[in-house]
Amino acid sequence: MEFSSGLLILPGRTFLHFLAYLGQLADLMRELTIAVRSGVWRLKLVAQQIVAIGYGSQAVVIVTGAFTGAVFTFQSYAKFKDFGFETTVGAVVSVALCRELGPVLAGLMVAGRVGAAMAADIGTMKVTEQVDALRVMGVHPVDFLVLPRFLAMMISMPFLVAESISFGLFASYLVTSFGYDMPSAWYLTHMLDHTNMEDLSIGMIKGFVFGMLITLISCHQGLSAENGAVGVGLGTTRAVVISSLVLLIVNFFLSILLNYIFPIGAA
Amino acid sequence: MAEPTPSTTPASVPADGNDSTHAFIELKNVCKRFGSQQVLLNINLTLQHGETLCIIGPSGEGKTVTLKHIIGLIKPDSGEIYVDGVHVNRLKEREMAPIRQKVSMLFQGAALFDNLTVEQNVAFPLLEHGVRDRAEIDRRVRAALQAVDLDEHRHKFPTSLSGGMRKRTGIARAIIDRSECILYDEPNSGLDPIGSDVIDQMILRMQRRYNITSIIVTHDMRSVFKIANRVAMLYRGEIRFLGTPTELRESTDQVVQDFINGRSDITG
Repeated sequence: MEFSSGLLILPGRTFLHFLAYLGQLADLMRELTIAVRSGVWRLKLVAQQIVAIGYGSQAVVIVTGAFTGAVFTFQSYAKFKDFGFETTVGAVVSVALCRELGPVLAGLMVAGRVGAAMAADIGTMKVTEQVDALRVMGVHPVDFLVLPRFLAMMISMPFLVAESISFGLFASYLVTSFGYDMPSAWYLTHMLDHTNMEDLSIGMIKGFVFGMLITLISCHQGLSAENGAVGVGLGTTRAVVISSLVLLIVNFFLSILLNYIFPIGAA
Repeated sequence: MAEPTPSTTPASVPADGNDSTHAFIELKNVCKRFGSQQVLLNINLTLQHGETLCIIGPSGEGKTVTLKHIIGLIKPDSGEIYVDGVHVNRLKEREMAPIRQKVSMLFQGAALFDNLTVEQNVAFPLLEHGVRDRAEIDRRVRAALQAVDLDEHRHKFPTSLSGGMRKRTGIARAIIDRSECILYDEPNSGLDPIGSDVIDQMILRMQRRYNITSIIVTHDMRSVFKIANRVAMLYRGEIRFLGTPTELRESTDQVVQDFINGRSDITG
């Protein structure tokens, strides 16, 4: 009897914690909306964050996009050749990079690099009472710490996704042209014929949504940090893990929704 | 170094401090519990303009929690808190801004922003409260830093300051926006006796020069007798003693005497 009630208590408690967490995220989103509508955007801080998030993440996003495009091309070319479809590699890689791989890989890289930094920075300020000092000076922490990061992420993320896609396609082109001696006209023609603005729009929309989720989740972990350095470390780990998992799950549902709005090959 | 100043209660303040008609800060039956621990139990305190109250008591008895209640960083489970006549525990976070321009706080670790210099830390409240005139900011920052004898260190970052200098920077940041009241959370902790005396002199100077109301949480009994008009001792979540430093010294309560004389009941 005790064992069976324990079996119910654990999932019940986990579910309640999950609901509480969603409530906290919704509350942070509400405060963020108030901050956006206040019109006090601290553009200097936004610019600093664009440098940290956008400029600082370029290398990792470019390398990830390029090598994913290259390896995807390398593997699919070998298989497609068996069926005589090797000329379609450009089209397949392009659509896959625009709709899925570009935004998801850029999102995961940014979650690891930027999400961790956001949680660690804000978490350290929280445990050293700097966040309380802001409040004491009449400055809302969401206005000062979260809003500039949020705006910078909204501006940077579509560019990072675009870079990831561009360098992925460029690497794919190099692999087919120089690795397999495929005439570049074949690759480019198929790629351009089968890739349209809707595919690119899906990538940009996903980048935008992922950026919003990473910022919310990571800043929430920072603002919730307690118990000194251990708490900051825990918050940083959670920020990366939760952001990455949420990003992959949301990507699935977003793909269904966006494929419904922008069907493949409709244009 | 200046001689210690004898403690005096302002003429307008009754000995029990409960003249609620002119109270600047008032706590009424404030209770707070963290989990199973009752931290504050029916706390009643009244503080007049220009008064200096020291809160003493063993560690973990709710002294810092009391300060954080006054400035709205923590909400009480029950009871009422008034600052300059405003019922603060009913206010939302964004509605607290006007109160926090009247009351500021020096945190135990000073809570300076690591990425800003001393000068930028001190100018921060002015910039956030809309002061844009560069000359006005420079003048007020210079005056605040001179008041705490830190003018020559204004370009340093907090990591290169000593503990006492960090706390003095915190005081400069607290006074720059002309706060009427400063809450000090253990301003002497971790300082040597000279550094501790410097902080005490700063607090006295702020009180005399700007008639600032002060609440000081401290374990340093020398500071208490030097700077306090009144003393409150928190013990097991309740106010065990409330009176002048002279009354504290003459108290017949064994718990009070053990605390001020640093006696534990552990024998070995």
